[in-house]
This record gives sequence, structure tokens and C-alpha cells, in this order.
Amino acid sequence: MAEAQNTPAGSTTAGSIAVAAESTVATRMSAPPSFDVADFPVPHGREEEWRFTPLERLRGLHNGTAVATGSGVKVAIEAPEGVTVETVGRDDSRLGKAGIPVDRVAAQAYSSFEQASVVTVAKEAVLTEPIRIAVHGEGGVAYGHQLIQLGAFAEAVVVIDHTGDAVLAANVDYVLGDGAKLTVVSVQDWDDTAVHVGQHNALVGRDASFKSIVVTFGGDVVRLHPRVAYAATGGEAELFGLYFTDKGQHQEHRLLVDHNTPHCKSNAVYKGALQGDGAHAVWIGDVLIQAAAEGTDTYEMNRNLVLTDGARVDSVPNLEIETGEIVGAGHASATGRFDDEQLFYLQSRGIPAEEARRLVVRGFFAELVQQIGLPDVEARLIEKIEAELKASV
Amino acid sequence: MATLEIRDLHVTVEADNATKEILKGVDLTVKQGETHAIMGPNGSGKSTLAYSLAGHPKYTITSGTVTLDGEDVLEMSVDERARAGLFLAMQYPVEIPGVSVSNFLRTSATAIRGEAPKLRTWVKEVKETMAGLQMDPAFAERNVNEGFSGGEKKRHEILQLELLKPKIAVLDETDSGLDVDALKTVSEGVNRVRETGEVGTLLITHYTRILKYIKPDFVHVFANGRIAASGGAELADQLENEGYEAYTKGGASA
Repeated sequence: MAEAQNTPAGSTTAGSIAVAAESTVATRMSAPPSFDVADFPVPHGREEEWRFTPLERLRGLHNGTAVATGSGVKVAIEAPEGVTVETVGRDDSRLGKAGIPVDRVAAQAYSSFEQASVVTVAKEAVLTEPIRIAVHGEGGVAYGHQLIQLGAFAEAVVVIDHTGDAVLAANVDYVLGDGAKLTVVSVQDWDDTAVHVGQHNALVGRDASFKSIVVTFGGDVVRLHPRVAYAATGGEAELFGLYFTDKGQHQEHRLLVDHNTPHCKSNAVYKGALQGDGAHAVWIGDVLIQAAAEGTDTYEMNRNLVLTDGARVDSVPNLEIETGEIVGAGHASATGRFDDEQLFYLQSRGIPAEEARRLVVRGFFAELVQQIGLPDVEARLIEKIEAELKASV
Repeated sequence: MATLEIRDLHVTVEADNATKEILKGVDLTVKQGETHAIMGPNGSGKSTLAYSLAGHPKYTITSGTVTLDGEDVLEMSVDERARAGLFLAMQYPVEIPGVSVSNFLRTSATAIRGEAPKLRTWVKEVKETMAGLQMDPAFAERNVNEGFSGGEKKRHEILQLELLKPKIAVLDETDSGLDVDALKTVSEGVNRVRETGEVGTLLITHYTRILKYIKPDFVHVFANGRIAASGGAELADQLENEGYEAYTKGGASA
């Protein structure tokens, strides 16, 4: 991909590698992590963690004015045998163990939900069918919390589908026991009016593997925080993401991988295509390698493909390294345009403009889609990408 | 027999907030089976002619006509021109990230031929054509023009020429930046297509070197946005000895 020279006007692709005694990932936030919304000031938009987000479109999730309406979203969980599904109250002691809210909306969600869903896969249970969680917006305001926990050596695939219209702040915790393997596909296929903000916390057990595939197509504003930390050595995390940001949409993915433990791996690959006026994608990739995390192996990459004028990408990879005793650490970010010259080249070989655009976008995403490893999810994504393209031309 | 007719073609380009006329009345007829070399100094408008024929949006046709077998080429979109049988081998083909050569070639062949080529014969056809151009089969799995060397880009252009079998092929400085071995290989590819007798070739070049390998029927000298002189292969020899000076000073006469 043609890189810097093709970055659309107004976009940023900044990166940094810091070797710091004190983590700026933590210190640049306006308040330390907390479960209590009162510990966070109401953001005004100039804070580091909010500067890319259109606060006025959050419908009050950030300032306490969004009041739950009772019928905001419906959650339906389909689970194969061997899985326990519970609805629990706020006081359930298992909640909140994977991570602490890092910003005001995540804390608002944690402070406001009334019931949480807890999905438990018993130790050593190997599921052959995925667990399906359907979150359907009914047009109201809602706060939610979900916990998905796998016992030692359990293996599961979870598909979370978000559809309909809602103003939703909800967090998801993933707790992986030793040697467990969890693949989560979270699809944000909202109506174009929905607002969805959430923090996904994964706590990866000893020698466990966590694979997350975040797919964002819909929504007016979607702002997600996929975060990973390791409970013990030998853990692996793969964070894949795919977004297709259309006219007027704001889609923001803020990753953090906290290498707090020795000999863990992480790999993040997010790819996005944008088209239309006011389409805005934000990608923040924070990787922190703490002093104790010797033997860490990490890589993160963000690629964006801007298909039309008027779209904007902000991509900020950030790697902080507090120990030199690591296997590898790297990051890459690039934003390219599907430009007139590429279109001309393909057309000059007889390929009509619409098909040329499809060819390029399909190619751009194919490599990522193939890494998902779940044929039915892959097929659905390709179908969805085609539909997005059709809607545009 | 396919015929490309260019009549009094005038073309402008926008540069530095000004409109500049680059082509100032080009007349040329290229028939199937013929090879025309267009030679001229830098900045004479040779490449503008090539890109205008292909329909690049940067160039504005202000007057004149271009027809292919009587059909108005200037009315056609870029892809329609290609499907009508016009092919441009580019001097600087662009990278298409994420699209493999094999996927690109098949999509293109499907568009040009009007139906998807049968997979088994297609694979064989691509393989043999690549072998003829001394291209490694692994090449097919790379992304279009991504990280290609200058020579690889040119081979890839000629590979398309051989597979797409156009009626009229415009080769824009296909020889530039090639070493002698690569030039020979690429020329052999062009000659394979010419030998079918089914393509009219417009060979645009700055140097006479390529004419040792691809023998033109006609040589045209391009200067100041138009054809300043036309002749047979002997005109190329004259240019080799005397350069373009006679044509660049004070315009056209020969």
C-alpha cells in the first residue's frame, strides 16, 4: 500500500515507541481506573482518551444524563450443553475480575447495570458448537455487563451479535482458566442510529489462548476498548478487527495489551475501510511491556483503506517497553487511498469501476478474514462486506 | 480489419492552475497487423497521446476524434475502451495492494472476453505465457505491482498484452529502464502478439534501441504535440544519427 504520501488530508498516522520509567498509557488518562463513575470527571473532549470522540453524539452516556429506559436492549443467549447461563445481580462476586473501567462511560456502565449475564464453560469442556449471544437494541437506553468464563482447559467459541437501535454502554469480561482456549467474535451490526460504548476485558490464564475478532459495520457511534492482561505466564492473545466505516459514522477501537507477566504473546491486526463524507475511524493500539514481562513477543498492526474523499482516519500505535529482555515487539500503521490511478489501471484492463472497487476491498480484507479460522463467520463477513460495498456505489 | 483512427486530436491538461495544451492536432491511423513507432523527445506529448487514448481522467479532449472501427472511442469509459479492444501498457503501472496477480488477470480476462475463462485451460495459458516471459510462477501470488522491480512491472504489462489479445496495443515506453536481457524478453512477448497479425501496435519510445527487436512498419516523429514527420524504418536510423534537434527547433518540418 502506498503509505505516507497517500494519507488523506486531515488524517493522522502517528506512532511512538516509548521507553519509560513510568507508563504514559496509565498517566495520560484523566483519572485512574475505577468501578465508580463518580471517580471520573465529565469529559469535555480535550482529554487524551476523548479527543477523537464526538461527545455530543454519545446521547448523554458520558455525562450521566442518559437514563436507562427499561427496554433498551434484549439479550438472548443460546448455549450448547455443558455451558451454564445465569442472570445475576450487581453483587455477584465473580463480576469485575477481568479489568477495571478506564473511562467514564465504562464506569457509568459498571455503576448502572442492574443485572449481568454470566456464561460459564466448565473446566475441560470442549464445545463443538458456538455460544451465541444476541444483543438486540429496542430503541432505548441501556447499561449492561457480561461475564464469560472458561474453566481450565475448556475450549469455546462465542459469537456476540449486536443489532437494532440502542444507546448502550456495556462491558464484557472474559476470564480464561489455565490452558483454556476462547475465541470471541463480536459483531457490531447496529442500525445507523445506534450508540455503543464498551470495554472488553480479557484476563488470560496460564498457557491460555484468547482470540478476539471485533467486527464493526454499523452504528452512529461505536467506541470499544478491547483490553488484555495476563494472569500468569505462557498466555497468548490474538486481537483481530475489521471495520467498514460509512458516511457519517464514527467507529473507534482502542486496544490495550498489558504485558504484565513474563513469556506471553500478543498479536493485533485491525483493518478498516472507509467511504463517504464524515466517515471517521479511530484506532488506538497501546501495548505496554512491563518490567517484569521478560520474554514478551508482541506485534500490532493497523491498516486503513480510504475509498472516497471526505473520510478521516486517526491511527495511533503506541508501544511502551520497560524491559529489553523480550523476544520481539513491533507495530505498524498505514492509511492508503484507493485512488484514481488504481481505478484507472483496473478499468484500463476492462474491469468496470464498481467491480474494481470490490476487487480492491475484498483483497484488502481477505488476508484478515482468512485468519479467523471459523468458516461460517468468514462467509458471513465476506457477505457483509459485499453488501456494504453495494450500498455505497 | 480493426482500424484506429485519430483525427486532429487536441488535448489539454490542468497544471499549476493553468490549462496547457499538450496535443495540438494529432493525425494517425493504425491498422490491425501494423506496427507504428512513435518517437520523440521528452515532453513532446507522446505519453499524453497514450493516456488520452486509454481515457485517463487527467486529460481533457478539446477537439478531434478517435474511432475504433468507426466507433467513437472518446465517448467510451476507460473500461469500455479496454473491452472494445484497446490496450495500454503503462510506463509506470501502479500498485494495487491486496489484489493478487492471478486474481487480477482472471478478473480482467473475464471482463475483456465477456465470460470467465475455463479454469483448467486458463491456468495453463497463464503458466505458459509467464514462462515465455521468464517469470517465476510464484509471481502470480504477489499483489499487483507491489514491490515489483522495473523489469517485473514491464513483464507483467506484456503478460497482460499476451493474455488479453487486444485489437490495438499502445506500448508506452515499455523499453525504458530495462537492461538488454529484459528488453529482449519483453520484445519477444510483443512479437508473439504481433505475429498473430491481429494486433495493431503503437510503440511509443524515446530510444531507437527497442526497434532492433521490434521492427516497425512506420516511424513517426513526435514533437510539440503533433506528428512532425513520418516515414519507414529508415527514419529511425536518421534519428539515431541526428537526434531530435531538427524537430524541436521552431516546430515541424522534415
